[in-house]
Amino acid sequence: MSTLSERFTYLDANAAEPIRPQALEAMTQAALVAGNPASVHRAGRAARAVLETAREDIAALFGAAAENCVFTSGGTEANVLAIAGQAGGRRVLVGASEHDAVRAATQAATIAVRADGVLDLAALERMLANGEPPALVCAMLANNETGVINPVREIADLCHAHGALLHVDAVQAAGRIAFTLEGLGADSVAISGHKFGGPKGAGALLLAGGRFHALPPLLAGGGQEQGRRGGTPALPAIAGMAAAARVAVAGMVVQADRLGAWRDRIEAAAVAAGASVCGAGVMRLANTTSLVLPGRRAQTQLIALDMAGYGVSAGAACSSGKVARSHVLEAMGLGEGAGCAIRVSLPWSVDEADVQGFINAYAAMAARLPAQAGAVA
Amino acid sequence: MRILVAMSGGVDSSVVAARLVAEGHEVIGATLQLYDSRESKKKGACCAGRDIHDARRVADRLGIPHYVIDAERRFHDSVIDTFANAYAAGETPVPCVACNQGVKFTDLLGMARDLGVDAMATGHYVRRVEGPDGVEMHRPVDEGRDQSWFLFATTRDQLEFLRFPLGDMPDKAAVRAEAERFGLAVAAKPDSQDLCFVTDGSYAALVEKLRPDITGAGEIVDRSGHVVGQHEGVSRYTVGQSKRLGNAAMLAGERQMVVGIEPASRRVVIGPRAQAVARTLVLRNMNWLVPQPGPDGLRCAVQIRAREAARAATVWALPDGAARVLLDEGAVPAPGQACVMYDGSRVLGGGFIRRVEAEGEGKAA
Repeated sequence: MSTLSERFTYLDANAAEPIRPQALEAMTQAALVAGNPASVHRAGRAARAVLETAREDIAALFGAAAENCVFTSGGTEANVLAIAGQAGGRRVLVGASEHDAVRAATQAATIAVRADGVLDLAALERMLANGEPPALVCAMLANNETGVINPVREIADLCHAHGALLHVDAVQAAGRIAFTLEGLGADSVAISGHKFGGPKGAGALLLAGGRFHALPPLLAGGGQEQGRRGGTPALPAIAGMAAAARVAVAGMVVQADRLGAWRDRIEAAAVAAGASVCGAGVMRLANTTSLVLPGRRAQTQLIALDMAGYGVSAGAACSSGKVARSHVLEAMGLGEGAGCAIRVSLPWSVDEADVQGFINAYAAMAARLPAQAGAVA
Repeated sequence: MRILVAMSGGVDSSVVAARLVAEGHEVIGATLQLYDSRESKKKGACCAGRDIHDARRVADRLGIPHYVIDAERRFHDSVIDTFANAYAAGETPVPCVACNQGVKFTDLLGMARDLGVDAMATGHYVRRVEGPDGVEMHRPVDEGRDQSWFLFATTRDQLEFLRFPLGDMPDKAAVRAEAERFGLAVAAKPDSQDLCFVTDGSYAALVEKLRPDITGAGEIVDRSGHVVGQHEGVSRYTVGQSKRLGNAAMLAGERQMVVGIEPASRRVVIGPRAQAVARTLVLRNMNWLVPQPGPDGLRCAVQIRAREAARAATVWALPDGAARVLLDEGAVPAPGQACVMYDGSRVLGGGFIRRVEAEGEGKAA
């Protein structure tokens, strides 16, 4: 490498998917509606129609009743609203590989995950059976770093058998794998628009049941969202999210086949270059891979790949921008390897040339970076 | 040239980055996150959250890539713990040397090399000169901002790879003017002060938190062991210090100073200046930037404190990275501080002051 690459290939879809053109169009249309959905007049009705159409579409796509779809600012707010509203100050259990949006939301006991990244059901059952009965369990559908998919239906059955509610963070799964609230058996599900090609700034909390489900608001405000989330809804972002959801869910199976084949090629090449794949043996999102290159610090890998024109990540994005050691991989027992893993997550817009280019850049990086004993983040 | 610039978020390293960009180099910015700034309320200290933000904004303005490097654990282990442990050993450490030597010029520089860049530049005030026998380190033009004493542990190999573009700047005003010319928002930012990781203003409180075993009040004694006063904690004392001695500051009409620290018994030993004065110093962890001297020793000037004039001395190399210094005139060296050797402006090497022999012992040797 003698010069910084001019070309840049974005392979960090789990941080944010590129906006889908249909979402952009819907945002523009919604932004042109002057009214506030709460207003009485014609413009207010027009805004309200945009909002409620989006609500019906999102609810239908994930099998919720429209009245139980609460729009939020994103995944974090949806998760926090669900936890604050359903824990009721009682005991909460949280999976060890959950996103910080969930882990930081409450003082909770941690449910171990297995070495392959799947939630340890035996551990969950012990925790449900012993001690103060938990009010709420939080388990993600698909993990943001490894793509590992949890057996949420089984988790839900265990929770319900012990009288606990189940909240599912489906932020990474929505638009990538098919699910409904009923199929999952979840009491609530959080989704985020920008993880399936909508804009940043809109998400939803979906609540189970055919009848209206009350929930104390985090922000009472003017009683919007039927008293569950105050503040004027972010109409353009919500309309964009709904448009993206329609496209993502419709194309989900085809996209998973396409991205999965490329993901497998990346993994084969990475393994040939000395890497190992986290959660290799279990069900994972087709677009996600977590690659451990022993002895090479994750942050050095990220910088080398960025300089070569490829955007990937390690761990969850931190506000300071530093590369923190992955708590997900530590929970999987990777030890030092947790500081040497990068996540590649293919966006809907990726093409074969991007994938081949990345494979070449990764192999070059792995060959050039010297392995260091005891390299840790 | 592709150059990685260690950007602290302050005006100095920002000007370095801006200048290298203007010169047509391919510049990459990197800022070390040394501790979790969310716990810090201190302003004007380097590498807190505000500084990372500032560094990023400067990089944005210059249109260069910028990375935040997590060095929290390394910094804690290699700088903060070492700092506290030195007090527990009765020394007065120089944590900036440990940081430059480890986190900056070993880890960050190593990463820069791994990434295949050609050089690493910093905002330090020191000059790198290509001499007839290779690269040399010199005091900067602006004597008031001289950081060469803090950089003595830089190896020749590291020096080869490093660049210090501010070494030729006449003064800080010129650096700020250059920042203004480049349109950098940090042009008027205050300089960093004191130790960056001491967030509540008391280094002693930090040391006592990390080393509770040396925490607490103790006795001030004279050389013969007579208790002459009480102190609040050994980490608040340095050899040569005459403050914080209370009523013991003057004994028998003679001004007293710290002549020794005994952390195990939590004793601070005081005496008249003559008892602290030494002509012979033994140094450890020597870094030589010139070939090691022969049996006649090396005539040079040595600086034994951060802000102090250099004094004439002769230095001999000893085995195992040690050295012996014979000062022409006695001084009050403090164990743990650096002793840096100079020839005019040129840094010849240096080490940490290990142990002070009293004047009488020095003569006998």
